[in-house]
Amino acid sequence: MKQTISFVLNGSAVLIEADPARRALDVLREDLGLTGTKEGCGQGECGACSIIVDGVVKLSCLMTAAQLEGREIVTIEGVAADGELHPVQAAFVEHGAVQCGFCTPGMVISAVNFLEGNPEPSREEVREALSGNLCRCTGYQKIVDAVEGAAQKMRSGGQDG
Amino acid sequence: MGKVYLPDSLPEVFDILSREPGAVLYAGGTDVFVKSPPGKGNDGPLVCLEKVGELTGASDLGGEVRIGACTTHREIVASRLIGEHFPLLARAARHIGAPAVRNMGTIGGNICTASPAGDTLPPLYIYDAEVELQSAKRARRLPLSSFIQGPGQTLLEGGDVLSAVYIKKDHGYTFCHFEKAGQRRAMAISIASFAFAARIGDDGRVERARCAFGSVAPTVLTMEAVDTCFAGRHVEDDVLACAAALVRAGVSPISDVRASKEYRRAVAGNLVMRLECALRGTR
Ligand SMILES: Cc1cc2nc3c(=O)[nH]c(=O)nc-3n(C[C@H](O)[C@H](O)[C@H](O)COP(=O)(O)OP(=O)(O)OC[C@H]3O[C@@H](n4cnc5c(N)ncnc54)[C@H](O)[C@@H]3O)c2cc1C
Ligand code: FES
Ligand code: FES
Repeated sequence: MKQTISFVLNGSAVLIEADPARRALDVLREDLGLTGTKEGCGQGECGACSIIVDGVVKLSCLMTAAQLEGREIVTIEGVAADGELHPVQAAFVEHGAVQCGFCTPGMVISAVNFLEGNPEPSREEVREALSGNLCRCTGYQKIVDAVEGAAQKMRSGGQDG
Repeated sequence: MGKVYLPDSLPEVFDILSREPGAVLYAGGTDVFVKSPPGKGNDGPLVCLEKVGELTGASDLGGEVRIGACTTHREIVASRLIGEHFPLLARAARHIGAPAVRNMGTIGGNICTASPAGDTLPPLYIYDAEVELQSAKRARRLPLSSFIQGPGQTLLEGGDVLSAVYIKKDHGYTFCHFEKAGQRRAMAISIASFAFAARIGDDGRVERARCAFGSVAPTVLTMEAVDTCFAGRHVEDDVLACAAALVRAGVSPISDVRASKEYRRAVAGNLVMRLECALRGTR
């Protein structure tokens, strides 16, 4: 039984007809075609499905579509602005923090949201912030390097240094 | 697939529950949707409590603090009120899952799940927390330790909502410590956890102490005999050895995918011995 759900998605108002008891993850991927948000475990363990809900990172595999109503949602597709990669995305490229890439959207979402609240993190704080995002490939070091690098760049206003 | 209700107020929740007695309540969904994902077995109707105003946030009532059931672990960690009066609870909440799980999971969900591994539970037992249950017909308050009856078993009846947790401020503890052993630091359900609070006098002696253990018995384990070991004593090796021995004898752990019961028994005692390291910093 479908119902109308309206919310702001990556800066634009959207209105969809969806079954409210489906997972938010499935509605984003299947109905809205935003397949950047991944399903790893479907159980809250891996972070691949991370999205930002009203400024807070949540796991879309543990949310119903109904919970999107009235919220401001940012998915990985909404992180880059005006065709420019977000500094966190650019740093992932620069530091070689991507191998298969499956964890990357969730990692980037977590990192972007974390750096907004803590622009000058210690390495340990970065590791803690990403502790709910699992990566089977990289061994994490390059991901942490990338987030540290992005933080530095963002502090110096996008200038190198 | 079923309906999902998103009520804004408790009267609305009771109204829904009277029409849909079989409805499943959820707050963060981090327990209930792991067991049965929405749309894939959990066909509802579902009632999401995240927008119910009466259930969110911590408020200072003078002699006690009310923590709404839907207060998230993130909010508990960030709350100055909780940090000031109940630092042990804030510490335990910081050890739950990882950021996104703390952003979603709630104290009420942790309590209603009533897992022996629920990390907010040992601190709440130490603080003698009370829970408030509300239904369309009545509201009642009872000690958390009687509300939780066993693993996954509570006194919650059909039509009841856990609305809040109440904790009195006058516990008098001046030192607290929480440590959990898991398979990794983040995202790990406790293999054994240890919460400790004490009132320490000017001479460094413990005036009174309370200990509570998670994951080593069907519910949170508290033992008066262990608490008594500390009373009137400096925390030294012999005191800790006595307490650890009592704990190892008193636990009734199970073996599961995370650890064997023998390991849990050993670790429960070791967590007590490690109190020495935590206290050293304060001397
Ligand atoms: C990856 C992962 C890691 C985790 N790590 C930890 C950990 O380290 N430590 C830990 O303790 N837990 C952990 N958990 C478990 C879980 O996050 C916590 O128990 C959390 O507090 C549950 O809260 P919730 O609001 O998400 O509960 P929900 O899943 O929404 O609800 C849980 C149960 O409580 C009932 N319920 C919820 N609120 C109310 C209410 N107000 N009134 C009546 N009934 C209610 C629901 O019907 C359901 O039966 C983890 C979970 C995941 C997915
Ligand atoms: S798919 Fe949601 S946490 Fe793994
Ligand atoms: S790059 Fe493959 S899982 Fe992280």
